[in-house]
Amino acid sequence: MSTGSEVTGSSSTAGRDRLLAVVRVLVPVVLALFVGALILLSFGKDPLAYYGYVVRRGLLSPSGLEATVTRIAPLLLIAAGLIVAFRAGIWNLGVDGQFLLASVVTAALAPALMGVLPWGLTMLICFVAATAVAAVWSLLPAFLKVRYGINEIITTLMMSFLGISLSNVLVKIAFNDPATTVPQTATLPVEDRLPRLFDTTINSGVIIALVVLLLVHLMMTRTAFGLKLQVVGANPRAAVHTGLSVGKLTYATFAISAGLAGLAGSVEILGVWGTMRADWNPAYGLLVIPLVFLARFHGAASLAFVVFFAVLMIGGESASRRLGVPHFYVLVLVSLLLIFFALVEYLDQRWRKRSRA
Amino acid sequence: MNTQVQNISAAPSAVPEGRGETFVELRGITKRFPGVLANDSISLDFNPGEIHVLLGENGAGKSTLIGILAGMQQPDAGEIRIRGQRVRIGSPRQSLELGFGTVFQHVLLVQSLTVLENLMLGGSWWQRIDRAAALRRFRELSDLLGLNISPDTPVGRLSLGQQQQVEIVRALWRGEGLLILDEPTSMLTPEGVRELGQVMVRLRDEGVAIVFITHKLQEAYAFGDRLSVLRLGRLVGGIDKDRLKAMSEKEVTDEVIRLMFGNTEGHDRDAETLAGLGQRRVKQRAARRSTVPCLSLRGVSTEGDIGECPLRDASFDLYPGEVLGIAGVDGNGQKHLAEVIAGQRPAARGEIWLEGERVEALSVPARRKLGIRYITDERMGEGTVGTFSVAHNVVMKEIGLPPLWRHGITLWDRVFGHARAQIQEHDVRTPSERTPIGRLSGGNIQKVLLARELADELVGEAKVVTFNKPTYGLDLQSTRMARDRIRRGAEAGLATVLISTELDELLELSDRIAVMFQGRLAGIVDNAEGAEREIGLLMTGAASV
Repeated sequence: MSTGSEVTGSSSTAGRDRLLAVVRVLVPVVLALFVGALILLSFGKDPLAYYGYVVRRGLLSPSGLEATVTRIAPLLLIAAGLIVAFRAGIWNLGVDGQFLLASVVTAALAPALMGVLPWGLTMLICFVAATAVAAVWSLLPAFLKVRYGINEIITTLMMSFLGISLSNVLVKIAFNDPATTVPQTATLPVEDRLPRLFDTTINSGVIIALVVLLLVHLMMTRTAFGLKLQVVGANPRAAVHTGLSVGKLTYATFAISAGLAGLAGSVEILGVWGTMRADWNPAYGLLVIPLVFLARFHGAASLAFVVFFAVLMIGGESASRRLGVPHFYVLVLVSLLLIFFALVEYLDQRWRKRSRA
Repeated sequence: MNTQVQNISAAPSAVPEGRGETFVELRGITKRFPGVLANDSISLDFNPGEIHVLLGENGAGKSTLIGILAGMQQPDAGEIRIRGQRVRIGSPRQSLELGFGTVFQHVLLVQSLTVLENLMLGGSWWQRIDRAAALRRFRELSDLLGLNISPDTPVGRLSLGQQQQVEIVRALWRGEGLLILDEPTSMLTPEGVRELGQVMVRLRDEGVAIVFITHKLQEAYAFGDRLSVLRLGRLVGGIDKDRLKAMSEKEVTDEVIRLMFGNTEGHDRDAETLAGLGQRRVKQRAARRSTVPCLSLRGVSTEGDIGECPLRDASFDLYPGEVLGIAGVDGNGQKHLAEVIAGQRPAARGEIWLEGERVEALSVPARRKLGIRYITDERMGEGTVGTFSVAHNVVMKEIGLPPLWRHGITLWDRVFGHARAQIQEHDVRTPSERTPIGRLSGGNIQKVLLARELADELVGEAKVVTFNKPTYGLDLQSTRMARDRIRRGAEAGLATVLISTELDELLELSDRIAVMFQGRLAGIVDNAEGAEREIGLLMTGAASV
C-alpha cells in the first residue's frame, strides 16, 4: 500500500531490501509457530497434529476453504480502512463499535426494506446507511482531535465501548424480532442475501472487499489525496508548512476508516448472518489491527496476513471441537507473532545501527 | 605554563595534581564511517589551565572527536591517555566519571524543571536524591564560575546564555577536569559571548582544561591559549601558546586560513566566508524605493503557545530587490514573523499587503501562488518528510495541482521528471531522485528546498521570499551557495526577508537590518558603517531607535 517502489532507494539495493523485508516477516512467523508448538506440548497436545488439522480444515477441505474465504471479506474491509487511517497517522482503534453499529443498522433496514424496494436498491441503501452511521460514530473523536488535539486512541476506544453497548441495546429495544426467543433482529431470508459465488457458500462480499482494497491501494499511491494523507501521517508539521488543511484531511481519514469498518459489518450481515443477535460481537477490529501492523500498512501484505489469519481462525474453530484446543489459542499465536515481530524489528534496528557506526 | 601551574595546585578542585603535565593525550585517534574517514590519526594534548581552540569547518571531524571524548563513539584506532594512563571511554557515563564534561551547541535541559532538578537528573535510579549535597555542589560551582543564578528557577525562565551556564555547571558536576564546549557562542548575544569568555577564563585559571570549538576566528583569538586546526579529518596544524601570544590578530587569521584551506587559489571565497569578510552585496539604488512596496506589514501580531515568543505589532515595507535582514537572538519572535508572512500562522491583528492586495486571510497555497515563498530553518522538522524521496519533497507544495497532477491523479512520470530536472539544475548531490531525502546532507536538503521555493515554472513567479536562518548547520561550501542564491535573487528583483543569527551574514547581504527583541521590531537600521554597534545595542534591548 505504500508508495514503496517510489520511495525506497536505488534499484541496485531494492532487490536485497525486498528480500530482507520478506525475511523480517517470515522469521517471526516461524518463531511464533515454534513457541506455539511448545505451549501445545506443555498441554499434552501434539502440535504437528494441531497445525496439520488447522491447515486441513482451514485451507484444504472444501467447506473449510469456503468458510475461510467468506471470513476474509469483513477482515479485509476493516484492514483497508485501517491502512488509510494508520498511513495518515491516525490510530482508529474504535473499529468494533463502528462495525457493530453498522451491523445493527443493516440488520434492521434490510428485512424492512426488502418487501418494499427492489433487491438491488435495498442492498445499496444498506451499504450506504451502514457506512454513513459508522462514519458519523467517528465524528466525535475526529472533532476532539482536530479542535482540541485530544488523542484519538483514547477517544475511539471509548466510543467503541459505547457503540458496542448501544448496538446491543438497539437490538433488544428497537429492532427486536418478537418471533424469536433470543433477542435478535428480524431475519433476512437466505435468497435475499448477497449472491453466492458459483456453487459454493462463499458470498460476493469477498469480491467487494478485494475491490475496495484495490481502490484504497490506488487512492494511496496514485492520487493527490492519498499523498496528502501520507504527508500528514509522516510529518504533521510538514503538512502545516505545506499548507495542507490538516483538519479536513483528519475528518476525511476518520470517515473513510470508520466507513469501511461499517461496510464490513454490513457485508457480514447481508452475506453471512441475515440477522443480528444482541450479544454478537466478533471483535474483528482488535484482531485486524495487529495484522495491519504486521503488514506495515501495506495492502498486499495485509491481504496475505488476513488470509493466514482467516485460515487459523476457521481451522482453529474446528480444532477446538475436534482436538480440545481452545479456539482462543489462535489469539495466543497472534500475540506470539506480534512479540516476535517486535523482537526481530528491534534486533534489525540494532544491527543496522551497528553496521552504520 | 609556570605561573598558572602554581594556581592549579592551590586550587581546591579535582584537578590533576600533575605539575604542568598533560591531562588528556590523544594519540593517533582514527575513526571511519562508511565512505568517510572522519578522524585520521589525530594526536592532541589538552593541558590543565589552558583554553585549547579547535577550528575547522563542518565535516572537518570536530564532532566525531567530541563524540569519542564524550564516550558516544569508539575510535577504530589510537588511544586516549589521562595523566599517562591509557583509558577506554566506553559510555557517556564513563566519560563523566573521568571528569570530562561536554556542552553541546543546543541546550539539552528540561525546560519545565528547576536548575537544581536538572542538575540532579544524572544520578542512578536507585539512589536517593540528596538535595542538600546537590545544593552544596551547585554553590561551589557557582562561586567558581562567578554565576548568579537561583537554583530554584525553572530553566525555561532563564536566558539562553544563562541556560548555557547551567549546562557548564552540569558538565563540571562530576569534577572539574576537562570541559568541552562545542560552538557555544552560536546562540549567544555579544553580551552573552563576553560573559562566557569570563567564565572560561575563570575556569582556566582554576586549572580546568578547556576545549573550545568554534568557527569564528575573532573568538578563537580572543579566548584561546592554543589553536589547532582540523581539516577533512586530519590535524593540519596549530599555533602553540608562546607563538600565539606573540602574534597579532591579523597574523593569526592569515595563518589559520592558510591552514584551513592551504595556499591554493580558488579557496579565497571559503576563507572570506569563514572570516566574515564576504563581499558585500551591491546595494540597490535608493531610487527603487520610490516604487510601490512589494510587501507591507501593518501592526501584525500573533498569538504564541506557552514558551513561545509571539510577534508584537510588526510593521515594515519591503521593496522589490531589497533585502531586509532580521537580526536578533533566537527565540525573539523571528519564527512567528516568518510564519505569519508565509500564511502558516494566523495573524491575530494587523494587515499584510502584497503589491497592494491584502493577503493576511489567505492560505499558504494561495499566498504561494501569489508569489510568497518561505524557506524554513527547520529543514527536517517541517521543511521535508525525511522518509519520502527527494522527488516527493520537491513537489510537496504542488500536490494536486497541474501539470504534475490531473484531476487529482498523480502523474508520477512527470513528478520524477520534474525532480530530475530540478536536481540537475540545482546541483543536488543525491544517488537518485528516489532516495529518501533524510539520507542527504544538510546542504543538499537546503538545495532541494531552494529548488522547491524559488522555482517559477510550476506556480508562477516568486516575489517575496523569507529565508529563516538559511545557512544554519551548513558547511562552508553550502553556506556560500545559499548566500549567492540570496544575492542573485535580490539582484533579480525578489523582495527578500532574511532572518539570521549570524551578524556577518546580515551585514553581507542586507540593505536594511531590523532587530527583533521580545517579539517587537526594536528598530530598523540602514546597513552602513557603524551598523554593527547599533544592532548590538538593539539586540540586547539596551537602545531603541
